[in-house]
Amino acid sequence: MSTVTSSVPAEHEHPKFLQHHFREMSQQFDASKIGMWLFLVTEVLLFGGLFVGYGIMHAKHPEAFMAAHHHLDKVMGALNTIVLLFSSFTMVMSVWAAQTNRRKLTILFLVITLLCACTFMVVKYFEYSHKFHDGLLPGKYYTHKGDTVPGQFMFFSFYFMMTGLHGIHVLLGMGAIIWVLARTIRGDFSSDYYAPVDITGLYWHLVDLIWIYLFPLMYLIS
Amino acid sequence: MSEAITHNGTGQEAHHGDYLVDPRGLWSWLTTVDHKRIGLMYLWSVLFFFLVGGIFALLIRLELLTPKQTIMTAEMYNRVFTLHGAIMTFLVIIPAIPAALGNFALPLLIGAKDVAFPRLNLASLYVYWTGAAMAVATLALGGVDTGWTFYTPYSTTTGGGVSLMVLAAFVLGFSSIFTGVNFIATIHKLRAPGMGWFELPLFCWGMYSTALIQILATPVLGITLLLLVMERTLGVGIFDPQLGGDPVLFQHFFWFYSHPAVYIMILPAMAVISEVIPTFSKKTIFGYKAIAFSSVAIALLGFLVWAHHMFVAGMSLFAGAIFSFLTFFIAIPSAIKVFNWIATMWRGSISLEAPMLYALSFLLIFTIGGLTGLFLASLSTDVHLHDTYFVVSHFHYVMAGSNLIAFLAGIHYWWPKMYGRMYNQKLAAIGCALIFIGFNATFLPQFVLGSRGMPRRYYNYLPQFQDLHVASTVGSWILAAGLFLTAAYLLASFRSPKGAVDNPWGGRTLEWETSSPPTMHNFEGQPVLQHGPYDYRANPAPVGQEELAH
Repeated sequence: MSTVTSSVPAEHEHPKFLQHHFREMSQQFDASKIGMWLFLVTEVLLFGGLFVGYGIMHAKHPEAFMAAHHHLDKVMGALNTIVLLFSSFTMVMSVWAAQTNRRKLTILFLVITLLCACTFMVVKYFEYSHKFHDGLLPGKYYTHKGDTVPGQFMFFSFYFMMTGLHGIHVLLGMGAIIWVLARTIRGDFSSDYYAPVDITGLYWHLVDLIWIYLFPLMYLIS
Repeated sequence: MSEAITHNGTGQEAHHGDYLVDPRGLWSWLTTVDHKRIGLMYLWSVLFFFLVGGIFALLIRLELLTPKQTIMTAEMYNRVFTLHGAIMTFLVIIPAIPAALGNFALPLLIGAKDVAFPRLNLASLYVYWTGAAMAVATLALGGVDTGWTFYTPYSTTTGGGVSLMVLAAFVLGFSSIFTGVNFIATIHKLRAPGMGWFELPLFCWGMYSTALIQILATPVLGITLLLLVMERTLGVGIFDPQLGGDPVLFQHFFWFYSHPAVYIMILPAMAVISEVIPTFSKKTIFGYKAIAFSSVAIALLGFLVWAHHMFVAGMSLFAGAIFSFLTFFIAIPSAIKVFNWIATMWRGSISLEAPMLYALSFLLIFTIGGLTGLFLASLSTDVHLHDTYFVVSHFHYVMAGSNLIAFLAGIHYWWPKMYGRMYNQKLAAIGCALIFIGFNATFLPQFVLGSRGMPRRYYNYLPQFQDLHVASTVGSWILAAGLFLTAAYLLASFRSPKGAVDNPWGGRTLEWETSSPPTMHNFEGQPVLQHGPYDYRANPAPVGQEELAH
């Protein structure tokens, strides 16, 4: 890390997107990447707390969690999993396209990613409204009648907190993708400068990754 | 994340005025992305809340002057000590050194123009202000009476502004995370040419270790606090035994952050001391690598000791023994640092200016704080001392004494660099002496009180404890006098002209090679390392020759 390969670039060759406190683009790019990875670590730990809480409460109330999870629609969950996995693929492709100066392809892949994200949220909307209708709500708002196993509200507490927090992350990711899309349309990115696409991609993969853990934990307990 | 900052590229740095006046105007401060200005705004915000938290502390001590009611009701007392703890922890001690002094000094120390993400840095300040406003707003909701630890089940059942205060701490966590992310990326990518990891000033190692904790621990607190809010609003059940939850789980979650957070408070203090001691001993730091790696070791070991707060909260003896052992372990890197600082002073030419006086006070206070920690780490003595004034005194020695005295050392050390003005040295020495005497007078009696069984947070107490409580309260007045004196002569320094020399203490780190105060761009051109950070030899060997080729 200690070697610096070039000196301060002469002023006339100052790249457009190089911020004043960096010496060169690669340094700026590396800093963005480090920053994003560190942020992702904090995200993993944020969800980690919920996962640990879920694990402990599941261990305390296995029957209730088992009974409660039957209210979830496995098909909907699986559909969303496939949609998100595919969106991760298109996100990677948009980073590749940006990196290789293929502006139109970048736009195309970003739009597909965005559509996948919308699909995910729409499916989630239908799942949520179904739960709301049946009174399968967290904590003291749980009003579902005819349970044979008590204590199922706890499962839905975690279901709504975890998928809700994940949903907020999907929405934030959509915002980031729209921002990157606008900048791609404006023509900001090239093989010299594509850090925003890259780090948005990193973030999107994390959103995907968290769902990969949420899906079996919530929908596939048995 | 890396939006364009267009640069007209005419190399105007040489004509810029210092960063305090160029550009002028309040708006230019509120929208600045300059790390020095952000550092100063953090500094004054932290000092403001230090005053607020300090007034609460004086009120607590005044109430405890007599065994029964003195100046406030018991309910009021609970709110006052909660606000004192929450403000001092989340708004003062955690941001004090990293966000205020770190923001100001870190880029200068490594020869950078700014931190890696200047706008994220400004965002962290606004997030801090938002969190601070939320914390203060709880007063309008009737305050909070849970203590700063928000233990369940009390915190999920009591009224008042608990949810808002908890959300404030959640928001403040983000500001802490932003600073941590920024510092790690900055230290990795923005070091001056020729500055390897072992030419980093030790302050940077301390900041790096602190940032690791901020990043790894704060999110867990964030989610814990969110769960607490959910418990209060939705009754999700995770911490409520009536609903099948577990209130002790909250304590585990809380201390998983908050014990490492203790090291967010002490590592930056050690970082400042590691700069001050070699500068005022005019001698190379002893055991550079030992100090650097012990910072990282404290940061990592700090994650393995949280349950020593819970020895009496219902834990198996086996788990208790393991956490006790690990807690003893953390004394080793702390002691390594203390011995290295002392070895640095050995045969140095020590000058006793204000920053050094604070550094010496730190050594004494931290040693007392650290050693008394061992009593609490031992299972058998902890059962006796748990939740007594011994604990209060111990963590005030470490959190308040060590952190704030190192904070003051840093303020006095970098004040001429921040403002280009020197304060009155004689008054500074008196102020330091008052603070040192006042602090010990306040908290040494509390060790005795605790060992005799005076429980913490009690409003009334048995008459036989009164003498020591009076001593402690009088001590708090001496401490306050010292702090007000310090504030007075620091503010008075603004009346003298900007006359501080660039390197008033003869330091060898890079910040002393630029003007006092620096320009907006810190240095004229890219500084290149000529010698190590603590190289006090007359003709030091140049560092990083190959990088100087250009």
